[in-house]
Amino acid sequence: MAEEKKNIMDEIAEANKSVVTGIDEKDIQHWINISIMGKKYRVPAGLTIMQAMEFAGYRFIRSCGCRAGFCGACATVYRIEGDYRLKTALACQTRAENGMYLVQIPFTPAQRANYDINQLRPGIEAFLKVYPEILKCLGCNTCTKACPQDIDVMEYIACGKRGDVEKMAEISFDCIQCGLCSIRCPAELAQYNYAQLGRRLFGKYGMPIPEHLRKRLDELNQGKYESDLKKLMTAPLEELRRIYTSRDIEKE
Amino acid sequence: MAELKFIGGYPEYMRKLIDVVNKTRPQRKDYTPKAMTMAEREEVLKLCHPDYAPGGKRQLLFGPNAGDLAPNEVADLIEAHPLIDPEQFIITNPDYTVDLLIIGGGLAGTSAALLANDNGVKAENILLVNKLRHGDSNSMMAEGGTQAADRENDSPLIHYIDTIGGGHFANKPDVVEALVNDAPFVMEWLCNLGAMFDRNPDGSFVEKAFGGGSRLRMHACKDYTGLEELRVLRDEFRCRQIPYLEFYPVIEFLTDGNRVTGAILYNLETGEYKIVQAKAIILATGGFGRLHIRGFPTTNHYGATADGIVLAYRVGAKLRDTDTVQYHPTGAAYPQQIIGLLLTEKLRGMGAQPINIDGEAFVFPLEPRDVEAASFIKECYVNGKGIVTPTGMRGVWLDTPLIDIKNGPGTLEKAFPGMLRLYKRFDIDIRKDPVLVFPTLHYQNGGVETDPWGRTNIEGLWVAGEVSGGVHGKNRLMGNSTLDCLVFGRRAGKSTAEYLNSDPQFGKLTLEHLKNHKKMMAEAGIKTTRRAPILFPEYRGKAVLARKIDIF
Repeated sequence: MAEEKKNIMDEIAEANKSVVTGIDEKDIQHWINISIMGKKYRVPAGLTIMQAMEFAGYRFIRSCGCRAGFCGACATVYRIEGDYRLKTALACQTRAENGMYLVQIPFTPAQRANYDINQLRPGIEAFLKVYPEILKCLGCNTCTKACPQDIDVMEYIACGKRGDVEKMAEISFDCIQCGLCSIRCPAELAQYNYAQLGRRLFGKYGMPIPEHLRKRLDELNQGKYESDLKKLMTAPLEELRRIYTSRDIEKE
Repeated sequence: MAELKFIGGYPEYMRKLIDVVNKTRPQRKDYTPKAMTMAEREEVLKLCHPDYAPGGKRQLLFGPNAGDLAPNEVADLIEAHPLIDPEQFIITNPDYTVDLLIIGGGLAGTSAALLANDNGVKAENILLVNKLRHGDSNSMMAEGGTQAADRENDSPLIHYIDTIGGGHFANKPDVVEALVNDAPFVMEWLCNLGAMFDRNPDGSFVEKAFGGGSRLRMHACKDYTGLEELRVLRDEFRCRQIPYLEFYPVIEFLTDGNRVTGAILYNLETGEYKIVQAKAIILATGGFGRLHIRGFPTTNHYGATADGIVLAYRVGAKLRDTDTVQYHPTGAAYPQQIIGLLLTEKLRGMGAQPINIDGEAFVFPLEPRDVEAASFIKECYVNGKGIVTPTGMRGVWLDTPLIDIKNGPGTLEKAFPGMLRLYKRFDIDIRKDPVLVFPTLHYQNGGVETDPWGRTNIEGLWVAGEVSGGVHGKNRLMGNSTLDCLVFGRRAGKSTAEYLNSDPQFGKLTLEHLKNHKKMMAEAGIKTTRRAPILFPEYRGKAVLARKIDIF
């Protein structure tokens, strides 16, 4: 029996090898050619841009964070051979394609302001005070085209210009602050920082603390659960097991 | 092998298997397999969980936890030489002299900075250092939510029981008490700073079910919960102009022989080191997913390489629960590009069912994570009812289309924009088709032992977040990790502020502890060339590394 169990873990490790320790050259069936910062490399087909660069020998310090599309560290600009257009992507979320000319943006030097959220209120005045340059938007939509999250960036900037933080917050919610909108913007805006202000204004002033939370906070401040909790903390294991297994499970 | 033909992101043979899932869906719609008894849970864990299967672990040979079991990959780093040679290294005058040094800028470290500042530590007397960028962390990737018992039929008592039951009753009671009591205050704090939690039309929080939970307690910000929490806290941190450094990992602590008094930073780009002298230090460096324990893929971010436990152990900090690792049941198993990435438990919380190759719902969808993961492994490797991918991985289906069927059309799009987008990039529509999943390495359950204020057995050293151990026992529940970071980050910030108000003096900066480490390694008979912390995993192509020469 013990032997069989060991085999399960070995089998799993074997099946995961290409992800954990990198692909063996002998297992590669299809290759593509890419160019990383102007140098040509042959890499296996089917990898993300990030994995392809690592296969080619690059060890990331910058431009690599969560590797799952949440952190915005791996903002990438590329062009496909034969096409004049510059495109944008996240290196960890995009398949490397034959003929890609790749470069990663290590850092976005966009301006962000310091403010006290308690001193601001939702509305156009907040933006005029903190980020007056928002009015410079040319309405060219380049930001929206550059966004790897498919956010309608230009639209939320328009909302910000009207002081509509609710709409701005809603549209910009999935922003991972990679900075590609700002890098491509001909009006030199820092869209993602304005969206951060808009969301905080809406979160703070448009979504008040719910009544049920206030009630619980009052109870806690009055020490309502203190003694019962202390009893649980010192209860014997058998008693805890009994409480755990007999507790009722709430359905949705 | 001939080129595979793809239909809607899946190869033809997998498409046929999806037809089986589609066929049984109407019958399964209102059916849920029974939850396991405690005995059934234990049986499947023993048979199929990587923590319980033989091998993979060994006893630590020296230090405060000598004799405790730890994964081989972790023991390898603890039983390793420092990156610097204490005999040769010159400790210069400090480059930074601060009251409070915080190492790691995820939810725990960032919360700590804000609370220290709230409690009287001036911004300019704080320094937050990051290995990557401020915010690059597992916190940022938390999809599902944050637990807080704030509904009328819920209470901190029930939260407590759920948490210790999920942790196999091995949790440290006083830290769990702090966790469940502080949770509602954390929610209030985040709302006041402007975090946007999902709300019902009447303004109350939307709260959902989760594995091992007995109440609807999961607060989410769509499926970007960690991102929303952290970007709000980071924005507040920036607004207060608290100093921070990026791409500066800590490679060693400095001590006066007992008390932690500073740290050595390493500039990743120039290779230069910097010396920090501090009166108090909060370690918030996260976990170890990128060690790929037992060869599993991981959900973790690039820097999750156990740096914190390695450095803390060298100064004599005591660890606990080092023997358990959390494997999240639903990691992506297909397509190849996203293997290991997290598919939040909230998908199951809202009705998605795990399904085998015959289209059967084979397990209660909301067992605690270790039990659910072991059940998937059993279905694939013991029962032989898994689905094999083109690269030879096995997995089970997670029937995501059920979410819209059970909750109404448009639910998936609204609640899981991140997931929808992730799969859309690979031509898969999770509203119409199930996704293939297999357990993935997710979380370091154990870590440095603390008291309820994040204090360790080492003077001058506080710990918060995933690098700590005790609050989750042997298995963490969903929504308790972001909460852990927030609660104990805040507590460590407050506690260090109180300590600093008592006007402690700066200590001597030495590497005495490394001499001790060297002696213990030698006495334990460890002969190795390994060095730690490793800072990053190694993913470069093998052919390239074989031809690499180091010139500069």
